Amino acid sequence: MGAPLATPEAGPRDKLRLAFTVNGEAREVLVEPWKTLLEVLREDLGLTGTKHGCELGECGACAVLADGELVLSCLVPAVECQGRAVTTVEGLRDGPELHPLQAAFADHGAAQCGYCTPGMLVAARWLLDREPDASRERIVEALSGQLCRCTGYLQIYEAVEAAGRVLRGLPAPGARLPRVHRASEHGRSE
Amino acid sequence: MADPSESSAARAGAPPPSRPAPASAPQAGTAFGAVGKPLRRADGRAKVTGETRFADDLSLPGMLFMKLKRSSVPHARILEVDAAAALAVPGVRAVLTGRDFPVRYGILPVSQDEHALCVDKVRFVGDPVAAVVAADELVAEEAARLVAVRYQPLATIASPEEALATPEPRIHEYGDGGNVHKAVALDFGDVPAALASADQVFEDLFFYQGSTHLALEQHATLAYLDADGRLTIATSTQVPHYLHRAAAKVLGVPPARLRVIAQPQGGGFGGKTDLFNHEIVAAKAALVTGRPVKVSLTREEVFACHRGRHPVLMRLRTGVGRDGRILGHSVETLLDGGAYGGYGVASTFYTGALETVTYRMDRYRFRGCRTFTNKPPCGPKRGHGTPQPRFGLEVHLDKICQKLGRDPAEWRIQNALAAGSLTANWMKVRTIGLVGCLEAVVAASRWKERRGKLGPGRGLGLASSAYLCGAGLPIYFNDMPHSGVQLLLDRGGGVTVFCGAAEVGQGSDTVLAVLVAEVLGLDPDDVKLVTGDTALGPVDLGSYSSRVTLMMGNAAVEAAGRARDRLAAAAAQALEVPLERVGFGGGRVFDVGDPDRAITFAEAVQRAEAEGGTVGTVGSYRPPPPPSRYKGGGVGPSPAYSYTAAVVEVEVDAATGVVRVVKVWIAHDIGRALNPVLVRGQVEGSVYMGLGEALMEEQEFVRLPPRLSRALVHQAPSMLEYKSPATVDMPEVETILVDGPEPNGPFGAKEVGQGPLLPIPPAVANAVHDAVGVRVDEVPITPEKVLAALKAGSRRHGPEAFPSIAWPEPLMVPPPWEGGDGSAVNEPRRSEQRGRRPPEAAKP
Repeated sequence: MGAPLATPEAGPRDKLRLAFTVNGEAREVLVEPWKTLLEVLREDLGLTGTKHGCELGECGACAVLADGELVLSCLVPAVECQGRAVTTVEGLRDGPELHPLQAAFADHGAAQCGYCTPGMLVAARWLLDREPDASRERIVEALSGQLCRCTGYLQIYEAVEAAGRVLRGLPAPGARLPRVHRASEHGRSE
Repeated sequence: MADPSESSAARAGAPPPSRPAPASAPQAGTAFGAVGKPLRRADGRAKVTGETRFADDLSLPGMLFMKLKRSSVPHARILEVDAAAALAVPGVRAVLTGRDFPVRYGILPVSQDEHALCVDKVRFVGDPVAAVVAADELVAEEAARLVAVRYQPLATIASPEEALATPEPRIHEYGDGGNVHKAVALDFGDVPAALASADQVFEDLFFYQGSTHLALEQHATLAYLDADGRLTIATSTQVPHYLHRAAAKVLGVPPARLRVIAQPQGGGFGGKTDLFNHEIVAAKAALVTGRPVKVSLTREEVFACHRGRHPVLMRLRTGVGRDGRILGHSVETLLDGGAYGGYGVASTFYTGALETVTYRMDRYRFRGCRTFTNKPPCGPKRGHGTPQPRFGLEVHLDKICQKLGRDPAEWRIQNALAAGSLTANWMKVRTIGLVGCLEAVVAASRWKERRGKLGPGRGLGLASSAYLCGAGLPIYFNDMPHSGVQLLLDRGGGVTVFCGAAEVGQGSDTVLAVLVAEVLGLDPDDVKLVTGDTALGPVDLGSYSSRVTLMMGNAAVEAAGRARDRLAAAAAQALEVPLERVGFGGGRVFDVGDPDRAITFAEAVQRAEAEGGTVGTVGSYRPPPPPSRYKGGGVGPSPAYSYTAAVVEVEVDAATGVVRVVKVWIAHDIGRALNPVLVRGQVEGSVYMGLGEALMEEQEFVRLPPRLSRALVHQAPSMLEYKSPATVDMPEVETILVDGPEPNGPFGAKEVGQGPLLPIPPAVANAVHDAVGVRVDEVPITPEKVLAALKAGSRRHGPEAFPSIAWPEPLMVPPPWEGGDGSAVNEPRRSEQRGRRPPEAAKP
């Protein structure tokens, strides 16, 4: 953690100067000392890709990377990010092409409503940065702090596995499809 | 869901339902271009880059923030609201109170019982009393605390049993007496006689606990006057059209000068299907201040909004013949409605309406009662009112099969309704994939070989179910389409689709793109979408009742078919072939007899435009009229029903009572999958949510001790304490789609968003019985309940009594095979009773 800039003279409403790196770019903002990293990203920097679902560290929607470590931005005071490098969902890709994780999430049904998706992607990125060949068990464990109410998680696991393969230089697998049982295979139904 | 007081919209004078897909549309059996392909969803890129704009991601220059002052007491008269201290806070721009909202509203015409801010009474902890608008969100929050409210406390009603026993004080001054909101009684044939003649009669009591949607996105609204001074409400809603109507009425704004935009939603599940006070209050604040006003609810406030699953106590009675056939079936339901009507009348009817559409049932009796209580209002959550009786029925049948010595899968297959059936309560079912679903999960799970043979603590359970593909009637009575789609074809060969449908994550945008692309032979990426905006698209009634794929889909196919007809005529001339030889595909319009002879799609648009002017078409859809003609028969009819069956394998620790789900096999009657990746996601998401309800989710309330006001408060209004399944709780799921096109669906498609949830809770309960031999007749099946059942002499844990309810005189509707025309024999014929009601005929 960088040293907080609060000085004895600063009152609770006095803004502090925060200089840090966001998605590879140097940023400087004046922030109230009580503001969380989540609020500064969304409100002061306009990076609304990072979501909030609880603001109590319970849902994982606000996950970002700080110096490569996975943190819940709703629990991190912004001033503690002095000098640190923060990566949000907006920083996953460099240029128009999607990051392999983003492409896999879009193609494997891993994003339905898309609200948990930024946090899921960042958490998955954290995992694959360390273990590009992470097992299913490791994926389940690494994403256990990220709630999703839409998917039932299975297509998310498959997307992470697919992205891991791409990052390891293997061909991108197609989305897993449900088996189809033809109604004509039995007599009673139409 | 429909206005339940209307039996049928399509009586005399109503136009016929929409025509089927145009003749030039591809026919079943031909190869599809976009339909059925595992393509990336239409909004996929935006969702993974963080560019999707949810309501709380919006901001405008000069934006003010709003905070609501919510009631701290569960039931009280408001004596005084003093806003002076709040108004004195620097930065506060306005304080609104109930006085600013004299006009009542409600999603159903029969339940207009809400004020955007409470006027004379508060009815639950969290009911909003005042709103503070300030330049800064923190200032608004601090000032809201300074709004002083004096209350005169009233007795608090905490449960349906208390509501029945405590007619005074009344929570509302309307309803079916005391604190009963709605009591209904329907008899389809003489059920007592059927039970008397039955070989065996079975009776069971069940309880289904309430749960909430817990969408990750908290509700947010941004209201503003646009540059021309017209009011716009951009919000997290599944029903922009209904909000448009209600907000215009409450605010006194001409509807023509009001625009509602449903932003993409971070999950709905029914939780954004009602009208929310904060949406209307923010709009009023924008009108008053002339500035954009934003409100973003906290998670705790979202728990107060609720409108989720009704807790339901049920009593089921079934008489079976020697062959196991159901001769008579009776369901009584008691619903804990919470503090307002909302969709509750429809919810009440839904606890009985779909009981008949899975298995043959000669006679049927339904009694339903919804009570008011001093808790956040309940409403529609995925499956709206049907998962509760479905849980009861499927566990009840498991017990019956056990007593009869029948295999539960075999019994269901033998008693499954035949396609084309008209049920005892006059629901018309068309295609039925139920048997296919049962056969598929029985085979996949090796049910016959493995059931009862998995050793101690392991078991298999099975259940099946049915759901609507869209409510057959609109919420307010009218003769207009339920969905409309408009197309604009551009000279570059692109197509823009305009439709009011709201994308809540279920994939409605993708359905639009795929269907339009299919009919016009395009890549879905060439289709641009403008959806969920009342100013920019034709009305779609909303994302509820699993109606969008079928209804919007049919409208889209019709609109695209009309565009195709125009292009085909222009292309036929250019290619010098007869019209019937014109084909569409791969972005080309070609001679089907010689596909190399072709013009580009863009050229076809240009030629059509040169010939007949701008190429824009519309399509719309209205469901077929339902056969049910009795009062209440407006809830349950649908153009099609989807079917599902599931087998669940569990492991139960007899020492701790912990239930672990090992695997789920689920088969869903999809008609035709428009996109198998998205369909699978809806099935598995439903399995997930069903498992949450089966094992852990509870919207439960507790009374505070006397020193803390005895208020009735939510037990755990946080995401941590409201238990929902995390990654580590999710089992393996094998999803099977039962394919068999439904003639009423676009390219044969049925719904998938809600139906697959239904069999999961009863299949879990049946599996627990198979594993450890005890019955837990209520959800969630917590470890405590499993242990209680293991210790009980009855080997059962569940409700012990159903209270006495003063049911109204039942409407007597003979089942189709006992004569009649779907009307009640003891009800004045509705056409004689009164003429067609005006749309807003409302009580109270």
